[in-house]
Amino acid sequence: MIGPRDNAPARPSPTTTLNRASRPSAGPGDALPDHPDFLWRNPDPKPSYDVVVVGGGGHGLATAYYLAKNHGVTNIAVLEKGWLAGGNMARNTTIIRSNYLWDESSGIYEHSLKLWETLEEDLDYPILFSQRGVLNLAHSLQDIRDSKRRVYANQLNGIDAEWLEPEEVAKVCPIVNISPDVRYPVLGATYQPRAGIAKHDYVAWGFARKADAYGIDLIQDCEVTGLDIVDGRVRGVRTTRGDIAAGKVALAAAGHSSVLAAMAGLRLPLQSHPLQALVSELLEPVHPTVVMSNAVHVYVSQAHKGELVMGAGIDSYNGYGQRGAFHILERQMAAALELFPVFARAHMLRTWAGIVDTTPDASPIVGLTPVENLYLNCGWGTGGFKATPGVGWCFAHTVATGEPHPYNAPFTLDRFTTGALVDEHGAAAVAH
Amino acid sequence: MQLIACPWCGEREEIEFHYGGEAHIAYPEDPYALDDEQWAQYVFFRDNPKGPFAERWVHSAGCRRWFNALRDTVTHEFLTVYGIGAERPSHTSTAPAAPRAKGQEASR
Ligand SMILES: Cc1cc2nc3c(=O)[nH]c(=O)nc-3n(C[C@H](O)[C@H](O)[C@H](O)COP(=O)(O)OP(=O)(O)OC[C@H]3O[C@@H](n4cnc5c(N)ncnc54)[C@H](O)[C@@H]3O)c2cc1C
Ligand SMILES: [Zn+2]
Repeated sequence: MIGPRDNAPARPSPTTTLNRASRPSAGPGDALPDHPDFLWRNPDPKPSYDVVVVGGGGHGLATAYYLAKNHGVTNIAVLEKGWLAGGNMARNTTIIRSNYLWDESSGIYEHSLKLWETLEEDLDYPILFSQRGVLNLAHSLQDIRDSKRRVYANQLNGIDAEWLEPEEVAKVCPIVNISPDVRYPVLGATYQPRAGIAKHDYVAWGFARKADAYGIDLIQDCEVTGLDIVDGRVRGVRTTRGDIAAGKVALAAAGHSSVLAAMAGLRLPLQSHPLQALVSELLEPVHPTVVMSNAVHVYVSQAHKGELVMGAGIDSYNGYGQRGAFHILERQMAAALELFPVFARAHMLRTWAGIVDTTPDASPIVGLTPVENLYLNCGWGTGGFKATPGVGWCFAHTVATGEPHPYNAPFTLDRFTTGALVDEHGAAAVAH
Repeated sequence: MQLIACPWCGEREEIEFHYGGEAHIAYPEDPYALDDEQWAQYVFFRDNPKGPFAERWVHSAGCRRWFNALRDTVTHEFLTVYGIGAERPSHTSTAPAAPRAKGQEASR
């Protein structure tokens, strides 16, 4: 169940009851359960909040949740211009891993992965987190060197990572073509066994349900159109549903971050691009893990329901239209066939795109801004789903205390001026 | 596939072109005079508008020449193409894109 159209609640909330027994007579439909309870209220905005979070994707929802849970801040509104998780959150290909190169990245991505490991109990909601491992394939001598370097860096940071030879790759994922007789032979792979996938819409709903239970207002159909800034300090937001005063404003608008920052007179080192993905029809379980290849340029996993889920790189031009060009998908599928000849008869069922906010160093921007009480979380580009709990945790800390959490302290906006970049293009290349 | 009008070759398929990002970013006239903030702006910071955007394209699989374009980043429509070194045309002077109803840009 992946993709934007697939937003029907597939399982009842834990509080759903079967009301059949209490009904007087049997009739058609009585054998069916009632409509599940709604997971959150749909409140109208109040005139003022302690914290207004802009963007009801995974990051905004997780930030609101951890503000309440870790910091006791509950007078919060999450404002979403469309519907909850209608942006990148329910469009991503759900890969979760922490095998990035630099210490700074290891810090925040591994913090997130640890949170994923207990998130289902924490949210008391099924999120189908499956630690099926990820293989990052190497296809050239340089790939091998870079991959091993990353494995060793990961090991030094206490992250599970191994180098696998081609035969070992085939043991983890028997359908990968390891024949030497192809254009880009598989020469080995890095392997992170604790990596995996989760069901992205359930993750969003799980956070939303808990946030709502804390009394946080999740307000959909509410677009922020302006920021009220006086003497270098933000005082509230202007929205399509009226002005809302705010003690603090936390931006978590992913692809639209530049648009929101411009409302505060800020220019960001971001470019918003279409990023596409696609799924096949439902197939028998054939693909036990996640396989990514920077050189052949595709990544593939198989969702719980059975679709093959594929993605690759961004469309080259800037785009806010949530769609991309067909030749990009054609190349993705050609690459997938190169690695998995067994997919030759599979059919593409659906394609879609999100708007991803890319930075020059493929690392995010999370922290303070030159405007007082205005906080910024953006630049996660093609790889922020895996960070959802981790960044929610750290961004909540930043907003609540006015100081960055140690894990997001390296990811400042001013690193582009100081030069302290965190270059993760190598670990991120094909998209994360 | 989207067609792009190369100023020299006419309309060709999108795959013949490569993207060059924001247009009108000149190399600093006196590089030694720039402070870190100005260098950061020159190297890393770019406009990222939702709507018309002046950007560079190259017809790599054709005449291999660069040109500028004004393109709408929501519809991906090319509003106009113009030469490298020419002024950015004001997009109101080209055929206006079909007006979008309020709210239509939202992500549904
Ligand atoms: C096709 C695709 C595949 C991906 N695959 C992966 C992957 O495998 N692994 C991974 O880790 N990451 C992946 N990502 C990236 C990941 O999805 C994003 O980095 C992450 O979802 C961004 O955080 P978010 O969930 O808060 O964003 P979003 O869900 O986009 O949330 C931002 C929200 O802000 C709202 N908004 C914008 N402007 C306004 C406004 N003015 N007022 C109110 N609301 C506003 C938007 O409507 C949107 O709902 C992928 C992305 C895409 C598109
Ligand atoms: Zn040409």
